[in-house]
Amino acid sequence: MNGNSTLAAHRSQGMKAAQLLFPAYLWLVLAVFLPLSAMVFFSFVTEMPFTGKPWSMTVANYAAFFTTGIYAKLLLSSLRLAFEVTFWCVVLGFPAAYVLAKVLKGRSREAIFLLVILPFWSNGLVRVFSWAMVLRSGGILDTLLNAVLPFKVDIDLIYSYPAVIIGLVHSYVPYIVLTCYLSLQAIDDSVIEAARSLGASRFTVLRRLIIPLSLPGIVAGAVLVFVPVIGSFMEPRILGGRTGTFYGTVIEDQFVAVFNWPLGAALSFILLAVVLFILAAASPVMRRSA
Amino acid sequence: MSPLTRLLEVVGRLFVGLLLAFLYLPIVIMGLMSFNASPFYMLPIEWSTTWYVQLAGNAQLVDASLYSLKIALATALIATTLGTAASLALFRYEFKGKKILQALLLPPIAIPWLITGTAMLVFFFGVGIGRGLHALILGHVALALPYVIIVNNARLKTFAPELEEAARSLGANQWQVTRRVTLPWIAPSVVAGALFAFAVSFDQFVVSYFLATPGQTTLPVEIYAAIRKGFTPEINAVSTIIIVLSMALMLFTARFYKFGGND
Repeated sequence: MNGNSTLAAHRSQGMKAAQLLFPAYLWLVLAVFLPLSAMVFFSFVTEMPFTGKPWSMTVANYAAFFTTGIYAKLLLSSLRLAFEVTFWCVVLGFPAAYVLAKVLKGRSREAIFLLVILPFWSNGLVRVFSWAMVLRSGGILDTLLNAVLPFKVDIDLIYSYPAVIIGLVHSYVPYIVLTCYLSLQAIDDSVIEAARSLGASRFTVLRRLIIPLSLPGIVAGAVLVFVPVIGSFMEPRILGGRTGTFYGTVIEDQFVAVFNWPLGAALSFILLAVVLFILAAASPVMRRSA
Repeated sequence: MSPLTRLLEVVGRLFVGLLLAFLYLPIVIMGLMSFNASPFYMLPIEWSTTWYVQLAGNAQLVDASLYSLKIALATALIATTLGTAASLALFRYEFKGKKILQALLLPPIAIPWLITGTAMLVFFFGVGIGRGLHALILGHVALALPYVIIVNNARLKTFAPELEEAARSLGANQWQVTRRVTLPWIAPSVVAGALFAFAVSFDQFVVSYFLATPGQTTLPVEIYAAIRKGFTPEINAVSTIIIVLSMALMLFTARFYKFGGND
């Protein structure tokens, strides 16, 4: 079709396409791309211009990030949280994806796959809240364990760093299972059999064959977990209590408690830069799968 | 099969079982506790529907639920219409910049909602849109649109463009081609896209949190406020209802989309 298509034909196709595309993309521009661009502008002002207060351009909001150290420190702790959550998600999700793709067959595979990714499509806030019930002292986990175990245990994980990790891993592990399952399923079983019959140990097959071939899936899943976790604020608030202060919660505060929107915009924009950097760094590996 | 292989398979199945337990245990416990008469979650459970009865009488939560439902329905309708039109254009025509347009669908999905939500808040205030129902619908549709387009595009890949050409050469106009040939083929993905859009909106917390007016909020925002004030068994009850409904909706979507893909 492209071979003899002239420029004119291309143009008329473009016109027809534009009519159908215009409403959707106008909407995206208005509600996503203009706001993201406007945020850059608002991150350079002293006061929000429409409040009636006098305002001027400034770099103070960014200076605050680089000089006070508190925001940079919080960003680092959010990055650390994201690393730990991603690590646990891969540790739990990859083996499960392997069992789903290579061990289970037929209807049981379909049913269990659906069961794994189903919670992910249910309300995230409610799922985090359900952990708050389980983890609190005198809560269900506590009572159950004490009923079974001969010695007294006191589980009081609520409002702690591990509680935040548990809640976030619970929220995001389905992503890893999904992406790893897709790339593991694409590995031909006969390749694995060939390697085994040529004398490769299970460990060698895993290390030299399965992990390299499923790497795009692992990386894609890791990015899908890492990126939202750096910006998480609801999970640390509900499960972390006073220990749950992260970069995301500080941004939330600027908009709903402190009302320093320009600073909030600058902090958000710095987070956006970090996110875009991670997406760009991961894209060569992910593209290999496409 | 060697004994070691068999052992490893058993361990593997056990592992998946434990992962499922990890995923469902808190949800099941929450559900059980919503039927426990004790507000302090004392065991053994004293079965009761008190909290559901109280919930029905909680005007604030009922209002928020209806508000969320209204927004989700509007979002599903608008996002499905605009998204299906866009996906048809992306499928049918060759033009410059198509790759860029497809890439532009990713930011609303990939950028954390905290960033998108705060950017919307700041921008909507700046241009006078402000907060409230229209801002919420504006934001929710933008988040749902990419899902609708991506789901439709996946289905359109299985569609033979020759069918459109055949219909055209038999004298059908563009609208007739779309309505009688293309849309029936992609009907499963249009429905699936609409259900996704509904779910994205109904479960949306972060963006709603920034765009809702303090007086009238959506159900997730109301729940968040209640959780931060302290635990109440009523929140267990409403949470249980939400999680059962949203899982049922997704199960239905998965089945429906699957059936569509098999014929």
